[in-house]
Amino acid sequence: MEKKTVTIDPVTRIEGHGKITLQLDEKGHVTRARFHVTDFRGFEKLCEQRPFWEMPDITSRICGICPVSHMLASAKAGDAILGVHIPPTAHKLRRLIHWAQLVQSHALSFFHLSAPDLLLGMESDPQERNILGLVSRYPEVAKDGIRLRQVGQEIIRVLGGKSVHPSWAVPGGVRAPLEPGKLESLQALIPQAIDITERTLELYREKIEGFSGEIEHYGDFSSLYMGLVSPGGELEHYDGVLRVMDGGGKILEKGAPPENYRDIFSEGVESWSFLKFPYYKPLGPQEGLYRVGPLARLNVCDRAGTPRADRVLEEFRRWQKNGRPVSGSFHMHEARLIEILFCLEKISETLSDAHITGTHVRSHAGVNARAGVGVIEAPRGTLFHDYHVDDEGLVQEVNLVVASGHNNLAMNRTILQIARAFGNGSEITEGFLNRMEHGIRIYDPCLSCSTHVVGRHASRVELLGPSGGLLRSFEIL
Amino acid sequence: MSSTPSGKIRLATVWLSGCSGCHMSFLDLDEQLLELHEHIQLVHGPLVDRKDFPPEVDVVLVEGAVNNEEQKEMAGILREQSRIVVALGDCAVTGNVPAMRNGLPVKNLLESVYPVEGGHEPPGLSSGSEVPRLLPAALPLHAVVPVDVFLPGCPPHARTIGSALKALLKGERVVLEQGMCRFG
Repeated sequence: MEKKTVTIDPVTRIEGHGKITLQLDEKGHVTRARFHVTDFRGFEKLCEQRPFWEMPDITSRICGICPVSHMLASAKAGDAILGVHIPPTAHKLRRLIHWAQLVQSHALSFFHLSAPDLLLGMESDPQERNILGLVSRYPEVAKDGIRLRQVGQEIIRVLGGKSVHPSWAVPGGVRAPLEPGKLESLQALIPQAIDITERTLELYREKIEGFSGEIEHYGDFSSLYMGLVSPGGELEHYDGVLRVMDGGGKILEKGAPPENYRDIFSEGVESWSFLKFPYYKPLGPQEGLYRVGPLARLNVCDRAGTPRADRVLEEFRRWQKNGRPVSGSFHMHEARLIEILFCLEKISETLSDAHITGTHVRSHAGVNARAGVGVIEAPRGTLFHDYHVDDEGLVQEVNLVVASGHNNLAMNRTILQIARAFGNGSEITEGFLNRMEHGIRIYDPCLSCSTHVVGRHASRVELLGPSGGLLRSFEIL
Repeated sequence: MSSTPSGKIRLATVWLSGCSGCHMSFLDLDEQLLELHEHIQLVHGPLVDRKDFPPEVDVVLVEGAVNNEEQKEMAGILREQSRIVVALGDCAVTGNVPAMRNGLPVKNLLESVYPVEGGHEPPGLSSGSEVPRLLPAALPLHAVVPVDVFLPGCPPHARTIGSALKALLKGERVVLEQGMCRFG
């Protein structure tokens, strides 16, 4: 048998354009696995010279699944440029729409994209392995998924006017308050959504008893974890401080101001992907591999901070080995369901706030600072928008650090781990290839947001496997 | 219109250079998806696992602008193999956000975003590498292949998509109500 390259193109049931290439040796063993991001739109450049007021609307077009996260990160960068505190009601409304966004995005990832693998089987019939296949075989689960996603989308629509790309958050606050007449109908959505989430968690726990091989090999490795936490150490998605934890649970950064991210991270570039490769600067590109997103957030927080979510978080921590943070990326599925529950509880709590329908929702100012950073926990992880403007507020420089970029090194390591565990060296089956794709799906990457610039390169690093083979190489800054 | 043994319409969705927002709006049909499932078979697209574009597709919904060589080739294939091509959303209809880069030469654009030194070149600059080469400009779908139906919006409302699909299922012309004919 000759050396050959196998390509999975495109990777389906993910957000964005990506493909996987596997390089096989003479014996048919996978020696290299790479995940390539294959589309490029160049947001950093095309935003230059636009007024920063337009940025929430433009950057939300980066991604149709998490437009609200981009809109809010952008508006927060704009708040910093204005130098204002936004009104308390606007702050609560922004949190509200963001929790709704997490609900719909996580529901999409779990039900529409990953559940076909989890319920029908990783190696099941590819014709049926999709959300409509679920409708035939597990109609109740499919309906639950559609409904849960709909609840998130509905809250976004009521607040922002549209379920995809609402034009609502702006530097200084939000455009329109929540009408008191809408409050009751929103509250009414929550109990059913909580029921759906809790019964899905139960179903998931039953199903994964048959997934011990996947749990072991779908990206189970020690790494760093990064996420925002509230000042009190609770689960946080809108504000707070940056926490970085190592694979043993030691906190490396306990409360870094998010705007200092350039001191904490650096990134590499590869000619084979439009997505860059960030790492934790103090430890360098090998030891500095970190993960973000639902798993990382549940690892770095001390507790969730709501009763139901705290209960299931406690159970989630059964996956810890010797008290170390949960290291298996496969558990991101469960982590998403836990976060949905948390968000629903927070939405309900916030809708009961006496001031939520207040009408003072926007602070007005001009350009008071020439730069601003907005950071948020998007569904897939920490998202940074960093703008420099001139005195007129025209954008001079944009840097976007997106969640899927943070996980790039981890995704590449995961598919190699799966390839080695499930490849049998003799034949490449469709089911085997779908396993590789599922390795990407667990990170739920959002590849549409694929480019950004930080610094310049200094040298090239090669990462060698235990056998001395080249695992990957990249430029470091 | 009917071309599968089960009597179902063969629907494909394609995602060129866009944000997936139009696909999200398609999913916003929510419970209507269950109804549609009775009449259509989803044969290709980012939500299903068939990798190649199949022959004899009845209707294809195309999201996104044509931004690179691979997408241009895909546009040709989907036109060739589908009876009705629908430009879904503003990027497919006008170029929209992806076309905002069109004023910049591709080389400058890529080199400023991927500052690679030492003789390496940035991804996307030339053919033959593992990522496709960018076209000099991002184009609306109709600039590359003939299009039968245009559904504007960023994204088009789920109702717009639903009403277009209903008309196509009945073999009727797509006529959009006043409120559905909007950009943005």
